[in-house]
Amino acid sequence: MSYTPEMKELIKKVEATRPQRIEKSRKNEHYPDLSLEEREQVLKKFHPDYMDEGRRAVKVGPNKGDVFPAEVVDLLESKTRIDVPRIDLEKVDFETDVLVIGGGGAGTAAALTAQEQGMKVIIATKLRHGDANTVMAEGGIQGATQEGDSPFYHYLDTIGGGHFTNQSDLVEALVHDAPLVIAWLESLGMMFDKDKEGRLAVRHFGGSSRKRMHSAGDMTGAEIMRIIRDETRNCSDDITVLEFSPAIELLLDEEGKCGGALLYSLDTEEYVLVKAKAVIVATGGFGRLHVQGFATTNHYGATMDGVVMAYRAGVKTTFMHSTQYHPTGAAYPEQNVGLLITEKTRGLGAHVLNKHGEQFCFPLEPRDIESALLIRECTERDNGVITPTGRLGVWLDSPMIDVLHGEGTVEQELPAKFIQFKRYEIDISKEPMLVYPTLHYQSGGIFMNAQTETSLKGLYSAGEVSGGIHGDNRLMGNSLLDILTFGRRAGTVAAHYVKSGIEVKKLNTSHLTAFEDELKSAGIEDPLVGPMLLPDYTTDIVKGKQWTAHYEGTLR
Amino acid sequence: MGMSNDASEKKSKKTMAMGDRAILPEGARTIPIYIMGKKFEVPETLTIMKAMEYAGFQFMRGCGCRGGICGACSTVYRKPDDYKLQVGLACQTVVEPDMYLTQMPFFPANRASYRLEDLEGKPEEIFKLYPEVFRCVACNACTKACPMDVKVLDYVSAVKQGNIAKAAQISFDCVQCGLCASRCVGELPQYHFAQLARRMYGKIIAPKSKHLEKRVKEIESGKYGEILKKLTRMDQNELEKLYIEREREPDTSTPGEWMPEEKEYL
Repeated sequence: MSYTPEMKELIKKVEATRPQRIEKSRKNEHYPDLSLEEREQVLKKFHPDYMDEGRRAVKVGPNKGDVFPAEVVDLLESKTRIDVPRIDLEKVDFETDVLVIGGGGAGTAAALTAQEQGMKVIIATKLRHGDANTVMAEGGIQGATQEGDSPFYHYLDTIGGGHFTNQSDLVEALVHDAPLVIAWLESLGMMFDKDKEGRLAVRHFGGSSRKRMHSAGDMTGAEIMRIIRDETRNCSDDITVLEFSPAIELLLDEEGKCGGALLYSLDTEEYVLVKAKAVIVATGGFGRLHVQGFATTNHYGATMDGVVMAYRAGVKTTFMHSTQYHPTGAAYPEQNVGLLITEKTRGLGAHVLNKHGEQFCFPLEPRDIESALLIRECTERDNGVITPTGRLGVWLDSPMIDVLHGEGTVEQELPAKFIQFKRYEIDISKEPMLVYPTLHYQSGGIFMNAQTETSLKGLYSAGEVSGGIHGDNRLMGNSLLDILTFGRRAGTVAAHYVKSGIEVKKLNTSHLTAFEDELKSAGIEDPLVGPMLLPDYTTDIVKGKQWTAHYEGTLR
Repeated sequence: MGMSNDASEKKSKKTMAMGDRAILPEGARTIPIYIMGKKFEVPETLTIMKAMEYAGFQFMRGCGCRGGICGACSTVYRKPDDYKLQVGLACQTVVEPDMYLTQMPFFPANRASYRLEDLEGKPEEIFKLYPEVFRCVACNACTKACPMDVKVLDYVSAVKQGNIAKAAQISFDCVQCGLCASRCVGELPQYHFAQLARRMYGKIIAPKSKHLEKRVKEIESGKYGEILKKLTRMDQNELEKLYIEREREPDTSTPGEWMPEEKEYL
């Protein structure tokens, strides 16, 4: 499935302008970047976060009145999967010190640090242990480990990248813990890129003042997940992993503190009650909600479950208005749609071009600005390429990289992408890629402090499910750091809390009944069932014939 | 938002985004494939994963990152008139006419528990934990079964020869899907001892980062506590000023050698 003849005609226009563009690149001449005022204008008009369409105010709960994407609001205003009176709170299936909800990077790090403190831990996870966005992070992890760098500069880069909106205590924790996190990973046997003397390899990235990006090949996140999961398996006496068992509700005790959760066994459709002295929510992000209809780079289970559960228990969210769209997701071939094309491609010199083969923006604007510029070119200016399936895109001129840096650079520097396109008979060292912004990261989430404490006693939050760390825009390499920094903090803090002598009193579900009442009095008819748990990609054709099928939310 | 809707929307207006569900080109051909032996007609351009969803399957197992790195959707298949067993990740492999396929979302393989801090990075330690390593008959079925094109037999041989570093490097792209173990005559859990080899390499054999050790000590001594606190108390104007004025490390610098002009905050 190589490019269609029509697309190949358009590629000729890219090739026609290439020699001239190369010449300019060699002279270090760039397409001009935007001024701060221009940035603001283009964001306001074309970034999905700033549009009124597709957004509305939430009618219930602790963020009542705040305006979020409709897909987020629909789930914040969703109803529980289960008929509340049927929940038997007397039948406790598991009892533990710490319950970790979510088996990605944050949850696993939390489980390991809690176990170190002598806790018995249960990890409840929706899919397999490690099925999470963590494994998909290619680029690397930030940390001020070099002599010419320090947490001071890491702080400035992070808060500047976030347009100075970030929650400052969280940034402080993030940059402070970064070298500790990297040392922890090294002690667990992570294969960091380093030289013979042990000097860690570091690189620049969008928005950096220092080379601070550490990596393990082009699969840094996968390497992190592999080693921390492996370590968990070495601790199986203390850490129990329940796979295919997503939590669907938090449980509170009669003192109003968090005392466990209700899990749903996907295999057997049973509900499982876990009583726990402390609960850590680490359920990850929301890419699979396809906010504003965007394709996503996220894993199959990224459906915002933790925010939904916590919200019903009265826990406030922060920054849920903010969503990170990665400017360059694949738009063709259809099999690759949404697939992340790393920022490194533009870092290596590839231009972004419209259907006339012309440049229309500086290729390395901050992610939110770059995304808005691509959307403007394709919609208002009507200069996008339309794929056979009706998707829009602009060219990312990867063949420039080989011309600029020598034959073979594309294959060497972007091995995974090279293979993923080669599979469809597209050689990205010879032909450009078609790209469009793709839904990448949940910037907002549960409101917490630097100790990962939420407004609900006994409930801690870690990873993409939390909000505020990155403000309105996250820098590359700060998400892997975020999950481990706050995962480790959550594990330690929860353990100290448990050790202070916590006793879970009689469990109750009054928060669920109260939330149901609130939905009714807000006049929300026919709410969705939440948490969503899994997206539903069944076609209308099939659904039209499933005459006796019963769907509970998106699940059959 | 089904296929039919997407198609009509496409004609009526230029939508900003069209979601993740596979959209068929107009007049797309369908081909027969056999999912666990049963025939389904699916569009010819789809991946196995999207074709199964098109056919009406709703994944619970056998689907993870959908981006070729988690190892949840390993699939085995045969093409007509071909004795050869093929492998692939369902999210990355395009359907072919008359292919017979099944997913293999899980395969049992023994894993030995260990304490990394008790190990010294010696090959004998792997042999003790995984004596079955020597049951390998070098048939190469493991390498043929790897959807990531890892040279599995090569790293198994490296382990047998006691070269942990080599085994770690060769096995680096492993997604731990278990297909190698499923095909192994000697019943080896290749991906588990490869993980052990990589962790031994990363912790014990690879050189320690001394600059990292030093930075950790500095942080633990509270060196940056005060300046970070100060940053958290600054208003936006002060931060913006510092942000704009910060010096950028040159692209050509050598880490460890380059030092900025301003050293006050290091």
